[in-house]
Amino acid sequence: MTLHAFLFYSTALLTALCAITMVLTENIVRAAAWLLFTLAGVSGLFFLLGAEFVGATQLLVYVGGTLVLVVFGVMLTAQGPFITMRTSAAEWAVSAAVGLLFFGMLAVALGSKPMSFDEAKKKPPTPGDSLTTTSVLGQSLLGVTEATPRSNITGVTPPASTAPASASGDIAAPFQRERKQIGYLLPFEIVSVHLLVVLIGAAYLARAKRRRGVDA
Amino acid sequence: MTGDIGLHHYLLVGAVDSSLKVGETVPDIGLNHYLLVGALLFVCGVVCMATKRNAIGVLMGVELVLNGATVNFVAFAHFNPTFMIEGQVFALFVIVMAAAEAAIALAIVLNFYNNHTTVDVDSAEELKG
Repeated sequence: MTLHAFLFYSTALLTALCAITMVLTENIVRAAAWLLFTLAGVSGLFFLLGAEFVGATQLLVYVGGTLVLVVFGVMLTAQGPFITMRTSAAEWAVSAAVGLLFFGMLAVALGSKPMSFDEAKKKPPTPGDSLTTTSVLGQSLLGVTEATPRSNITGVTPPASTAPASASGDIAAPFQRERKQIGYLLPFEIVSVHLLVVLIGAAYLARAKRRRGVDA
Repeated sequence: MTGDIGLHHYLLVGAVDSSLKVGETVPDIGLNHYLLVGALLFVCGVVCMATKRNAIGVLMGVELVLNGATVNFVAFAHFNPTFMIEGQVFALFVIVMAAAEAAIALAIVLNFYNNHTTVDVDSAEELKG
């Protein structure tokens, strides 16, 4: 067993066990703790996949930010009966049956058609020769690096002779050439505005309400 | 230039190479392993959403579902050579969306708790026809 396999199996086992325990536990505070370990395990999987920046972001934003938010919600609403709310056995049975069927379907779908990418054998992806993944990510978010997909979602590598725009009458050709320069600048801006909207919306929703009858 | 091939590169080539051979006795970690973990996280999230009666527990199930999807994104970006960083960009967007969704959902839950003094999702039935 290689080092990669050992690390993967240990991380995946930690993640899966913590996720299952989180589902099974009745205590909401313990569920939050199990969710913490699950998210940390997922970030470990990201590191194993070579996505260091995504793994670090998962740790910082998810484990450090979102989970703290959830824990605050738990603490603010943890009044006696709400800490452990029991689910009836019938609901458990139905949910477990549906979950097992769903997981079985996904597993069968995974095993039926092995996905293998032959091109990977000949030409492993080199996102930038001297650049690391993080700097490529940052530059593509700022629109510096050409980062649009080179092929469709199907994963088939397009023929290499796509560069010369032979069709002079092709209207879309200049737009395609410009599109390669953009990268992910527009989604980045949209997400920025979205976060601002969420900030205002959350502050508006969670504000302390002033009762009119008390003041007057 | 062969000197600065990192651990990531080594792991990638090793994983892809051995996952392509069909009759190999010791299969290395391939795409399907990661997809299986993602599927398990997704199903756990769905079951969590269905069984938890606490509204914040339902929110935790949503986080699990999003994490399963993110694992799939990053795994496909890693094992498919035609993608450079698209999967990672989408994973980042999913993380940002999850943070925003958690903030809004918690604000709604706290509002509901202030009005009804409960977080039981079964008691939120004012809109029931």
